[in-house]
Amino acid sequence: MLGYTIKRLLQMIFVLWIVSVIVFLMMSFTGDPVFMVIPIDSTQAEIDQARRILGLDRSLFEQYLVFMNGMLQGDFGRSYVYRQPAMDLILERLPATMEIVVVAMIFAALVAIPLGVYAGANPNRTASRAIMSGSLLGISLPSFWVGMMLIFLLAVQWQIFPSSGRGDTVEFMGLKLSVLTLDGWYHIILPSLTLSLATMAIILRITRAGMMEVMRQDYMKFARAKGVSRRGVLYGHGLRNALIPVVTIFGLQLGDLIAFATITETIFAWPGLGKLLIDSIYRADRPVIVVYLMLVAFIFVVINFIVDMVYTWIDPRITVK
Amino acid sequence: MAEAKTADATASETLLRVEDLRTWFHTFSGTVKAVDGVSFSVKRGEIMGLVGESGGGKSVVGFSILGLIDPPGKIESGVIEFNGENLKDAGDARLRDIRGRDIAMVFQDPMTSLNPLHTVGEQMDEMLRLHTDMDASQRHARCVEVLEDVGISRAADRLKAYPHQFSGGMRQRVVIAIAMLAQPKLVIADEPTTALDVTIQAQILKLMRRQIRDNGASMILVTHDLAVVSEMADHITVLYCGKVVERGPTDDVIRRPSHPYTRGLIDSIPNPAHRTARLKQIPGAVPDIRKLPKGCNFQDRCPRVGAVCRESEPPLVATGARAHACHFPLKEGETQ
Amino acid sequence: MSATFLSSEFFHNYKRNASAIAGSIILIIFAVIVVAGPLFVAQDPYDVGQLNLLDSYKPPVWLEGGDPRFLLGTDGQGRGVLAGILYGTRVSVMIGVTAMLMSCIIGTTAGLLAGFYGGRLDAAIMRIADIQLSFPSMLIALFLMSAFGTGIDKVLIALTAVGWVVYARTVRGSTLSEVQKEYVQAARVAGLRDAKIIRRHVLPNVMTPLIVVATVQVGTFILIEASLSFLGVGVPITQPSLGLLIKNGFDVLFSGLWWTSVFPGLFIMALVFGINLFGDFLRDELNPRLK
Repeated sequence: MLGYTIKRLLQMIFVLWIVSVIVFLMMSFTGDPVFMVIPIDSTQAEIDQARRILGLDRSLFEQYLVFMNGMLQGDFGRSYVYRQPAMDLILERLPATMEIVVVAMIFAALVAIPLGVYAGANPNRTASRAIMSGSLLGISLPSFWVGMMLIFLLAVQWQIFPSSGRGDTVEFMGLKLSVLTLDGWYHIILPSLTLSLATMAIILRITRAGMMEVMRQDYMKFARAKGVSRRGVLYGHGLRNALIPVVTIFGLQLGDLIAFATITETIFAWPGLGKLLIDSIYRADRPVIVVYLMLVAFIFVVINFIVDMVYTWIDPRITVK
Repeated sequence: MAEAKTADATASETLLRVEDLRTWFHTFSGTVKAVDGVSFSVKRGEIMGLVGESGGGKSVVGFSILGLIDPPGKIESGVIEFNGENLKDAGDARLRDIRGRDIAMVFQDPMTSLNPLHTVGEQMDEMLRLHTDMDASQRHARCVEVLEDVGISRAADRLKAYPHQFSGGMRQRVVIAIAMLAQPKLVIADEPTTALDVTIQAQILKLMRRQIRDNGASMILVTHDLAVVSEMADHITVLYCGKVVERGPTDDVIRRPSHPYTRGLIDSIPNPAHRTARLKQIPGAVPDIRKLPKGCNFQDRCPRVGAVCRESEPPLVATGARAHACHFPLKEGETQ
Repeated sequence: MSATFLSSEFFHNYKRNASAIAGSIILIIFAVIVVAGPLFVAQDPYDVGQLNLLDSYKPPVWLEGGDPRFLLGTDGQGRGVLAGILYGTRVSVMIGVTAMLMSCIIGTTAGLLAGFYGGRLDAAIMRIADIQLSFPSMLIALFLMSAFGTGIDKVLIALTAVGWVVYARTVRGSTLSEVQKEYVQAARVAGLRDAKIIRRHVLPNVMTPLIVVATVQVGTFILIEASLSFLGVGVPITQPSLGLLIKNGFDVLFSGLWWTSVFPGLFIMALVFGINLFGDFLRDELNPRLK
């Protein structure tokens, strides 16, 4: 177990290192950041000086060493736009994004798993077919468009929910959270719902497929031959088996949610990471983009690790080596 | 008075009576009459062998008895009288009571009949929780006892293990233990040794027979293997294409089969006494059950086929303990 | 050929499957739009000379103030929404299909090489695939676009970069199992050239599962492209796709000018839904495990 964890940690570090190389290389292809930090009417001498200060006059390899060295010491550079450490900016916005992502994931799981189990256990019922068509529609919808329609109908036309912003937040363990206030919930519902739709549809389909696969298994019939009720067989014997593929997809979906949060946050003016990323892309604020990508990469490898752990916990056949 | 008593005794001697059972599957490509007018009975303490090639509807008989036929399958008609009660008309709640407690099943593949995510103990305990009033410690004691009965040592430890930690033979022992837990009156074993290594088949069969005898239970042994049946069963019922073609006491049927199909099955058993002789096989294959021919279903594979076989289906004719459905039954000692 | 197809099980099941038929009807309609879309509207939305600011923000015809020349209303430049959609659909579909073909070719080649030769090449290709798969494609595409800048060619590169992996994995898996089979071994022993073995024996046998992947991927790509364009890092404003039309509509949505964003969205939805309906049917038909 310890050996496995160490092996996994080394793997995670390796992946993060690869990502850092890729991120660095890609960043050096983007527009010249010098023009972000100097006044428009600067002379060539001033430009060259700014280049030197930013270290852009050195070779790519040297720049990478400087970049890595900084990162290892916890220095991720300063934002060209905000003139403060990029990491601070990111960490400040992180709770807002995690909030909509987590709430969206909970929405998705609460709706998708029961419906998926039902549709998988009764594949030929009309209700199941309706659920499946609905889920297919769910993955066919552009989520940003759904968000816009929700804003237009529920915020502009009927004025039930606010159209943008985060609402009241409360400081909790050093984090500003809006899920702890009523006004915060009021603001979080539309963005989270928008964000959750695609994930909901995908989890539903995976749950259904898993359930259908499980329904064919002998142990389900054997359980019924023991006298277990249909319900008992479904939830007691079927569900856990059916959820194994769902757990796998869970990590990937969490990643997708973080990615798509950029769009949702743009639509709902939600002050999270995604909006910061998009703004930084527009302004070529390189350090912020780098920190964002490294942080997201870090989150992903951690999630994947957790997923594998959960996996060994729900499926005793898998042993960690 | 005496007569009535005899009749009564005979009636209660019969544990299960299946009469004219029809279980059909309504698929897109036609109706599959997997079981089509099957009748047989099982006496108390008796082992009855249900024999036929794969695709012959044997397994469906077992599932029909327990009401475990799922759509598109349906029990169309017939009587399934168990202990004086017609199970065909029993409600689902009543059937759930009977499943596991009165009638237990042993499946073909022990690799797939146990839930991989629950411990062996949990899966055994479930049976007792459903069908007895025992408290947790009594249930545990019973599980250990039965597991030891089926030849698994260190039973208390093994209860905490998961199915994948057992070999195939051991898993089948667990499955048998689960079946015996609630002391059922009838065990339906569906090809219980087919998926196992040849070397342990005999052990498992012996174990099953001992368990059945010790518990005073009856068993329906569903198999394609006439050799297994001839060692285990008291009575044999041979199915072909969803219909009974022959039945009778095991020794009698094996020694002098009436139906050419039974004869064919017997001839295809490897005989250690004639090791040089080539095994005979029944020519052809089981016909597509959706497109059965007019007349006898066996006509295209039968060496004794006559014109009448292609015209009318032979009825099941009973003589004493024996019955057969053939226009040209074999005489005693006659080979094909 | 057509006679055998019409009597095949595939076609038989297709006829019975309402959603498959609905999906293909939608796809046929979109095929017509892509091929002949501009014939349905008088205005060329890209031709500035045909735009008139006096026509701006007209509502759809059935509303008060509607103009019969503009069935679904106009946007801020007096560009017909329907005209924009018909031209924009072309852009969206073209990007989705082209990127799919590029991904398919590159991914299949990588998968064949990895599966056929194994060893280090296999390890390298699959490592890249693994790392890439642990990131959402949307994020990778967004990141690449932010590095490249906007443009249809850049969208195609970004989509291909995220799309090849799924083919590589699928093809590698089926190639590995094909290579084990006796006919391939026999061909190798007989001294056939590798390229010939791959083309003649391996490729035809690994193609079937790709059909489903490819179908569904066109839908996914159209959605990703729309999202990128919505964020302003996709297609250029001179060639608006459906996604960019929605973005343009978003800016005026709060003023109640809903038609500029609602209709393009409905078109994307219908298009991707049609693709997915058909893809679902293919998945059920071509997956022998479910039969």
